[in-house]
Amino acid sequence: MLYRTAGQFKTSYRADQALFPIKQDAFLLGVILICAWVVFPLTASEFTFQTILTPILIYSLAALGLNILTGFAGQLSLGTGAFMGVGAYACYKMITLMPWMNPVIAILLSGVFSAGVGVMFGIPSLRIKGFYLAIATLAAQFFLVWLFEKWAWLYNYNASGAIQVPNLDMFGLYVAGPQASSMTQYYVVLFIVTLLTYLCINLTRGNLGRTWKATRDMDIAAELIGINLMKSKLTAFAVSSYVVGVAGALFVFMWRGAAEPNLFDIPLSFRVLFIAIIGGLGSIMGNYLGAILIVGLPVVLNTVPSALGIHVESALLEHLNIMIVGSLIIFFLIIEPHGLNQLWRLIREKLTIWPFPH
Amino acid sequence: MEILNKIFVAPFADMIAAPDFLMQVLWEGLVSGVLYALIALGFVLIFRSSRIFNFAQGIMVVFAALTLVGLHEMGVPAWIAVALTLAVMFGLAVSIERIVLRPLVGQPDIILFMATIGITLFLIGFGEIIFGGENKLMITSELGIPTGDFVLEPFGGLLILQHIDITAVLVAAALVVSLLVFLNKTRMGRAIRALGDDHQAALSVGISLQTIWVLVWFIAGIIALVTGIAWGSRAGVSFALEVIAYKALPVLMLGGLESITGAIIGGLMIGMLEKMFEIYWGAPLLGGNTESWFAYVLALVVLLFRPQGLFGEKIIERV
Repeated sequence: MLYRTAGQFKTSYRADQALFPIKQDAFLLGVILICAWVVFPLTASEFTFQTILTPILIYSLAALGLNILTGFAGQLSLGTGAFMGVGAYACYKMITLMPWMNPVIAILLSGVFSAGVGVMFGIPSLRIKGFYLAIATLAAQFFLVWLFEKWAWLYNYNASGAIQVPNLDMFGLYVAGPQASSMTQYYVVLFIVTLLTYLCINLTRGNLGRTWKATRDMDIAAELIGINLMKSKLTAFAVSSYVVGVAGALFVFMWRGAAEPNLFDIPLSFRVLFIAIIGGLGSIMGNYLGAILIVGLPVVLNTVPSALGIHVESALLEHLNIMIVGSLIIFFLIIEPHGLNQLWRLIREKLTIWPFPH
Repeated sequence: MEILNKIFVAPFADMIAAPDFLMQVLWEGLVSGVLYALIALGFVLIFRSSRIFNFAQGIMVVFAALTLVGLHEMGVPAWIAVALTLAVMFGLAVSIERIVLRPLVGQPDIILFMATIGITLFLIGFGEIIFGGENKLMITSELGIPTGDFVLEPFGGLLILQHIDITAVLVAAALVVSLLVFLNKTRMGRAIRALGDDHQAALSVGISLQTIWVLVWFIAGIIALVTGIAWGSRAGVSFALEVIAYKALPVLMLGGLESITGAIIGGLMIGMLEKMFEIYWGAPLLGGNTESWFAYVLALVVLLFRPQGLFGEKIIERV
């Protein structure tokens, strides 16, 4: 009833191919955007910004980057964490070498460096496929994290070996570092995430996106119909690593405030991969749903025992957390292997024809 | 010139000057190579019979070792603890097949791969709750494994061979031989191989998918226990051991995902080469700790020339 599409005629091809051919979808998006831009910031507390809102946005951006590579172009990657690291370190070097630089511009530019590194590690994908490629991307993961640790120039010969985000201001307002307020940081993250999501949606709907999908579905067949595989795979690596790199820069500059090399180790890569797969490979919205689940779940699990008045040791709670996340991954894979996005699609289909079964 | 000398001349001069040290390095590499090969063997078995890339193999090693040590701490005699651990691994195999794999039959590879990562997380959480996260000592002497060492003097130098390491190598060799006999000579073994060749053809001649999967995961569990005992007696048992699982992945790449020979030769090669690279090139030139990535880069280079690994099945693609 709510989703009835009767009466929405399309009189031109343009209208038929619009981003939201159904009015209700556009309306829903409007509600979500108003929530994100106006309602949440007005109502959220410091704790909510720090533990839920900002990390969900950053993780979904990283998952979006990975999804472009894995979901749209079909190249499985396990090195996301390291590429996030490249973005973060590139941003740190730019900020410390050129302190006059606008932080938002620096964050957006830092993705360029990770895109370069991504293309370099993407070259083997021209010959290696499937799980072999997945393990090959682990080479990037381990090598880059080792490099972050050993190449002292990257962290300005800091004794601790970690990078610390300095206070950065933009038009007189602190946007990063210890003095920045969470709300400002949230708005910076939201702005960048919205911008990149908009670009990615259009990219995946366009010519480039269709080449990626053809490569994913069967690369030899794609080559036969005249798709340049090298161009298709390497652009996928470049765009994906760009988005992931920006997410990495946001991760450190807008949320963590400091980073050690092992922050970008393999658990981070896996967490992003979980988000992308639980959300749904080959979808844009799925990344947000997945991030809400994976980031939100530990927060919920942490608050449940104290809300019920049961005292649980924090170490035990953490282990329980890991266990529950593991079982939930299996659970979601079993009920819907194509992810939460597919679940939403099914619900929408049912709603459109409700109350009739067909 | 200085740098060329350091890369191409000095390491080899060092090797010739101290052959006993080189032998010690190679021996250490061989022992860790054997353990990498064992983990890779568990991967290969499961991959061949079900096309599942079992990421949980590394954590199964830790879980098996922890169960063994934990049971012994509760006062169970060593050998009974081994038997009980095997029973636990069997239970694990059955429940993984029942709860996780059966509903996911026929899903794309990446979904099954993710499911094994889910199993990994579950086992980490479960193991830490039951056995605690601290490092434990492997019950080496209780199992009757000798703990002394041989001191040899080749070329007037010094070469120390730990008894534990020799036992590990011998046990691993025995395990591999019996596994090969099992796969090639017995009914069940042939069924596993048939399933690996073609699922549907195997089903149509009456081979039970469920039984074989449980069997294969159980064998992987046995291998995990052996690896856990061997590695645990060198480094202690804790969840830090899971990093060795990441070492087995390049072994698989190098050897090929389907090949048992590949797993063994790949494991030995990577074990020895990474030790040599670390000692002669990594530590002096690159600041050390190169073992974390060397195996991957080596495998990557090999893969550029042979995309299916050294011993993998040739990839035939049709449109």
